[in-house]
Amino acid sequence: MDIFIQQIINGLVLGSIYALVALGYTMVYGIMGLINFAHGEVVMIGALTSLSIIKLLAGTSLPGPVVVLIGLAGAIPVCMALGFTIERVAYRPLRAAPRLAPLITAIGVSIVLQQVGMLIWGRNYHAFPGLLPTTPRHILGAQITDLQVLIVVLAALIMAALILLVNTTRIGRAMRATAENPDIAGLMGVDVNQIISITFVIGSALAAVAGVMVSANYSIAHYYMGFILGLKAFTAAVLGGIGNMGGAMLGGVLLGLIESLGAGYIGDLTGGFLGSNYQDVFAFFVLILVLVFRPSGLMGEKLAERA
Amino acid sequence: MRMNLPAFARDPRFSWVGMVLVAVALVALPFVVGGGFGNSWMRVVDSALLYIMLSLGLNIVVGFAGLLDLGYIAFYAVGAYLYALLASPQFGLHLPFWVILPLGAAVAGMFGVILGAPTLRLRGDYLAIVTLGFGEIVRIFLNNLDAPVNVTNGPQGIAQIDPVRIGGAALSKSQQWFGLTVPSVYLYYYLFVVLTLLVIFVTVRLEDSRIGRAWVAIREDEVAAKACGIDTRNIKLLAFAMGASFGGLSGGLFAGFQQFVSPESFSLLESIMVLCMVVLGGMGHIPGVILGGVLLAVLPEVLRSGAGIWQRALFGKILIDPESLRMLLFGLALIAVMLYRPAGLWPEARRRREMAAAGEAPGKRA
Amino acid sequence: MGVLLRAQGVSKSFGGVQALREISLSIDQGEIYGLIGPNGAGKTTFFNALTGLYSCDRGEFEFDGKPLKVRAPHEVARAGIARTFQNIRLFANMTALENVMVGRHLRTRAGVIGAVLRDRATRAEEQAIEVRARELLDYVGIAGRANDLARHLAYGDQRRLEIARALATEPRLLALDEPAAGMNATETASLRDLIEALRRDGITILLIEHDVRLVMGLCDRVAVLDYGEKIAEDVPEKVQKDAKVIEAYLGGSLA
Repeated sequence: MDIFIQQIINGLVLGSIYALVALGYTMVYGIMGLINFAHGEVVMIGALTSLSIIKLLAGTSLPGPVVVLIGLAGAIPVCMALGFTIERVAYRPLRAAPRLAPLITAIGVSIVLQQVGMLIWGRNYHAFPGLLPTTPRHILGAQITDLQVLIVVLAALIMAALILLVNTTRIGRAMRATAENPDIAGLMGVDVNQIISITFVIGSALAAVAGVMVSANYSIAHYYMGFILGLKAFTAAVLGGIGNMGGAMLGGVLLGLIESLGAGYIGDLTGGFLGSNYQDVFAFFVLILVLVFRPSGLMGEKLAERA
Repeated sequence: MRMNLPAFARDPRFSWVGMVLVAVALVALPFVVGGGFGNSWMRVVDSALLYIMLSLGLNIVVGFAGLLDLGYIAFYAVGAYLYALLASPQFGLHLPFWVILPLGAAVAGMFGVILGAPTLRLRGDYLAIVTLGFGEIVRIFLNNLDAPVNVTNGPQGIAQIDPVRIGGAALSKSQQWFGLTVPSVYLYYYLFVVLTLLVIFVTVRLEDSRIGRAWVAIREDEVAAKACGIDTRNIKLLAFAMGASFGGLSGGLFAGFQQFVSPESFSLLESIMVLCMVVLGGMGHIPGVILGGVLLAVLPEVLRSGAGIWQRALFGKILIDPESLRMLLFGLALIAVMLYRPAGLWPEARRRREMAAAGEAPGKRA
Repeated sequence: MGVLLRAQGVSKSFGGVQALREISLSIDQGEIYGLIGPNGAGKTTFFNALTGLYSCDRGEFEFDGKPLKVRAPHEVARAGIARTFQNIRLFANMTALENVMVGRHLRTRAGVIGAVLRDRATRAEEQAIEVRARELLDYVGIAGRANDLARHLAYGDQRRLEIARALATEPRLLALDEPAAGMNATETASLRDLIEALRRDGITILLIEHDVRLVMGLCDRVAVLDYGEKIAEDVPEKVQKDAKVIEAYLGGSLA
């Protein structure tokens, strides 16, 4: 039983991070119909930037949490600027191009960012300094650290703020209109280019936060970390129904839970035939199964064939 | 769908002369490349041929039928591992390559159908992520199927795979032809050229046929294709199966050529690489796709060997890790090509017109 | 003349909206049957239900005396029902000729092996496909545009091309969804000639149309839909005088 609770906790923490990254994918997809393949690398840049700042300040007398906060505050604008630039340089010129052209530039951007990350921070794994309290608390026989609580709470707060932004503000309304139909939104006086830029900037800010969370939680950062994380988050976005923000949150949390429960129980489920190294198979298998029965994801609207 | 050739090129005399010239060039190429630059470059040429076969296979799925497949390399893996298992000490089996290759193509085609049957009603990017997931599942299984029963030998991969043998002669050893020593990489080159030509032939014939028209019709408008009486599910499955079988074929050749396979060779990055070849070259346009395959197979190698040398020549020392610089330039090249030629380097004539006609609608979903 | 198509109690709803309510009608062999009604009355929904793009909630279709059981769109086409679309759906980047050749898919057989080997039978079939496609382009009057991309055709020619493509499937019933929409008077007149020619050649026609004058002049019988219900079905002269119909149209446009 305690293993079950423990896996649920781990899954929630992982899932909150997935959800933040998945939001970046889903917002861009909702507005432009584009898989922003480079999004995972933005997470990586965010994690490593904050790490550099944190390492600089770690020797000073500032308390640990403040140092991490400054690191985060430094990483967010860097990622925002990066997201803005990526859209400007690699996607905007291709709005009218065949659908796969921006996908290829996205892949190109992803490769470039990875190499830039490697050139700046090297090939080695970087340990994230233990500045945050990690004393475990015990609930129901399972352990949870303050950091993990913080991650889940912060992620929930950010998502709530985002929902408010999209549903109640002028910008949010313009975003929804652009997602619905960019041409009409443009005719109604929405500056579509600006809205798309804002979407990228917001998504990138979320990516920065997720990057810091993931490296703090696993105490490690690496130039290649964005790729797999991005892949998982994209999977989560599709699982929930891509283009749908609620779907991204649900998909992220679900994927986190599925993965950690899968890793914990896959051996028992298959009589020891498959070990925890099949964790990823489990995640993808669930994804395929969901899509076979709900072709637009869990919360995606049912696409009626328009004739 | 016919290629638009200039008038002189349609003259039958020209096409005879042209064919002879191409044939001579293909026969002579290893002696020029291998003789001039060394046999390591012939290995690059050999693998470029494998990539051409792969891209032509993926082009059927992505270019003709318009189905985005991000896990295509899984079929390559199926062909390669089938060869490895049936012709290596792993199970002590040593079947000849002419049995394994068609079998590999057939089994990969079957995998294509298995993947396609439940998923082909998904649209666009949903299909993309499912195929991506499938590719990863195959790779993870290859990585872990060394226990409880050792099938794939896990991450270590399978070594000592039998080379391709033709008439008792192993292509892994150099042969004497008319007093001329022909190295192994040349021999494989000739085998690959023949099979690549075969794949090109099959693709060209398919494109200009009832089936090919049905594929393009589905790409253009699936609802209208259905209304025209096309069983879109079966025709899409056929595209998946055909594409997959090309993947299986080249996978088998890869295993025989390298005599070693491991899961590492079948990562998502490889799927993406093949997709880049198809899109960069000119989706749906066979000569474009071939060009894309050649460029993206050779370019990274040129950069690999050049990245160090150029830096020394320019700055007198190595500033940037050559391996990293190579990938950096590769990424930049992908971006640049797409920005300046969004329909690919050598698109079909009709797509060029489409691009010219496309408006400047901001945020338009193409 | 016998009944070619019979619809029996066809119903379809989307969410809470009842788009079709117990629609029953029958179309005779060789007639031109009009389906009219205000916007949103369910005409196109009926088309989509008939041609298998939507599944009906209740009700069934009977074609040529046999129930249309398997209702995938391509099966419906195989049974002999072809259609055009209100918002023209051509294969935009294929030539006009290729568009019509795709329409022959259903009535031809060549598979992968035939395509690759290009044996005598396949070559003969390909040739027959092309010959027939050219005949049909000629029939609808756009033979000169055979090698133009569909997207580059003039609007009226695109409508004609869509009809040619539908004809290539050898339909016994041709369902036209607002073929005159967006056409000027001259284009409409020549469309009318084309539809009459089709009828002379033995094709039964189901016509959705907004152009009331065209419908009334052309159709043998007309059914009127309003809010998903059939409110009238008769010869044009009688339908025009039907009180319910006049009310549905607010008395205006039928006069």
